[in-house]
Amino acid sequence: MTQPQLDQLYQEIILDHYKHPHGRGLREPYEAEAHHVNPTCGDEVTLRVHMHDGAVQDVSYDGMGCSISQAAASVLYDLVHGRRLDEALRRQEAFVTLMSSKGQAEPDEELLEDAVAFAGVAKYPARVKCALLPWMAFKDAAARAAASGADEGGAAVKRPGSSGTVTAAANLGSEG
Amino acid sequence: MSFDVEKIRQDFPILDREVNGYPLAYLDSANTSQKPRQVLDVLDEHYSRHNANVARSVHTLGTESTEAYEGARAKVATFIGAGSPDEIVFTKNSTEAINLVAYSYGARLGPGDEIVISEMEHHSNIVPWQLLCERTGATLRWFGVTDEGRLDLSTLDTLVNERTKLVSVVHMSNTLGTINPTEEITRRAHEVGALVMLDCSQSVPHLPVNVAALDVDLIAFTGHKMLGPTGIGVLWGRSELLADLPPFLAGGSMIETVTMEKTTFMAPPARFEAGTPPIAQAIGLGAAVDYLTAIGMPAIAEHDRKITTYALDALSTVEGLRIFGPTVPVGRGGTISFDLAGVHPHDVGQVLDTVGVQVRVGHHCARPTCVRFGVPAMTRASFYLYTTTEEIDALVRGLNQVRKVFS
Repeated sequence: MTQPQLDQLYQEIILDHYKHPHGRGLREPYEAEAHHVNPTCGDEVTLRVHMHDGAVQDVSYDGMGCSISQAAASVLYDLVHGRRLDEALRRQEAFVTLMSSKGQAEPDEELLEDAVAFAGVAKYPARVKCALLPWMAFKDAAARAAASGADEGGAAVKRPGSSGTVTAAANLGSEG
Repeated sequence: MSFDVEKIRQDFPILDREVNGYPLAYLDSANTSQKPRQVLDVLDEHYSRHNANVARSVHTLGTESTEAYEGARAKVATFIGAGSPDEIVFTKNSTEAINLVAYSYGARLGPGDEIVISEMEHHSNIVPWQLLCERTGATLRWFGVTDEGRLDLSTLDTLVNERTKLVSVVHMSNTLGTINPTEEITRRAHEVGALVMLDCSQSVPHLPVNVAALDVDLIAFTGHKMLGPTGIGVLWGRSELLADLPPFLAGGSMIETVTMEKTTFMAPPARFEAGTPPIAQAIGLGAAVDYLTAIGMPAIAEHDRKITTYALDALSTVEGLRIFGPTVPVGRGGTISFDLAGVHPHDVGQVLDTVGVQVRVGHHCARPTCVRFGVPAMTRASFYLYTTTEEIDALVRGLNQVRKVFS
């Protein structure tokens, strides 16, 4: 990777989100929590979803990881909190598509906002999984929060068994 | 023969290449070493001229191949001071060698028996024992690690006791670089009748290792970290111990007589080498051993020590850098793991790559060691006989650039 490529990977937007993350910290209430880890680098994220009236009322998270994974969590918070669930999931899918593009896709800026900065990351297979870590945790937690039915009545009760740990190892090549 | 790093580098074609417009600074030899032309040529020669299966053919090629394969075994035996080539079992890697012992020797363990490892082990010297304990009801115990990154032997006499059946510890840590003193451990283990196994994956490539002098029972190491190909590793065991162990993997090449009801097995090492082995890889390892022997392991260890001293000094000039493990070049090898304040190792490695510096980042298959030092991951620079002070300088320049990007 050369210097211009480095600048593309570590865009100002990404470094900004990394240094000043939005929505960081675990909050209550929430209906589902997901804990995802990346075994190759030891990155971890714990992410909670609070649903209300079919909307993602809050996404709160904590974790440790590289600038890419931490910035991705911050951007995720901006993009999905307060959105209707289907809209949030549409953005989730668009982000996954962008990260699978190997840097060839033209991202939809209206839909992805700051997340378009991650187009440069998509060129680095070793870093794609960093960017996806919080987004996969969100997908997992959102699905379980929706399934809990809590969003319909607005109840904010953490149900036993609504927490899960997932290892993001699928086709990523663990190192040990 | 005097040690001339520039002359040595000419034997390694890959060291000529550039990465991102910069000269390659390969500082990841603890992960896998580069290969000299002498090893590459032997691989090419084997496949071009002698390729045939071993230990089963009467034809010329089969004989040549078998002689080269068994010749490699003899070279490896001499290299580590083994009593006989029959004490050398070829495996896929260190991991398989350790698993072989965990399954074969481990089958005789039961509740009440104890295995002792340490907190600075590679996952390959942790997980096989955890699984063994789950299978047999034996108990896993371990040495702690001091803040300085040394084995905490203060608990030796209670940790290793009459219930202990096997002590398996790393000779040189793949993260901290620590070279563990083994005398006290072997003395205590043998006193209580336990076996001692050393994970020599990092030590055999870098230090003169003599199994007789170490007075241990088993060691494991791997070819690709010592200039050889991937896919070939070694289990060394005392001959009477190996003779007493049941097979691990079963199949061709390891049998005497097979009937539909029952099979009898070959003596070691064949008993533990089921199926067609990694033939070219073993021969390549033999060539690597020739190369290392010609240069001399004491000279290689001395070069490692000089480079490590230089690197420890140079890294101490980088602001915010914290070294995990011994910070003095005593009782440690040329593997240095560190943290750069405020920057995740993934990001450190990525920026270093822009200036051609190749380091390992992550938990180095030694997550408990990372946890011991309170970090999720580390950045690791590791050296070998071809490492130069210029490459260390490039690392330090790169680290200062990392600090700039993330300031």
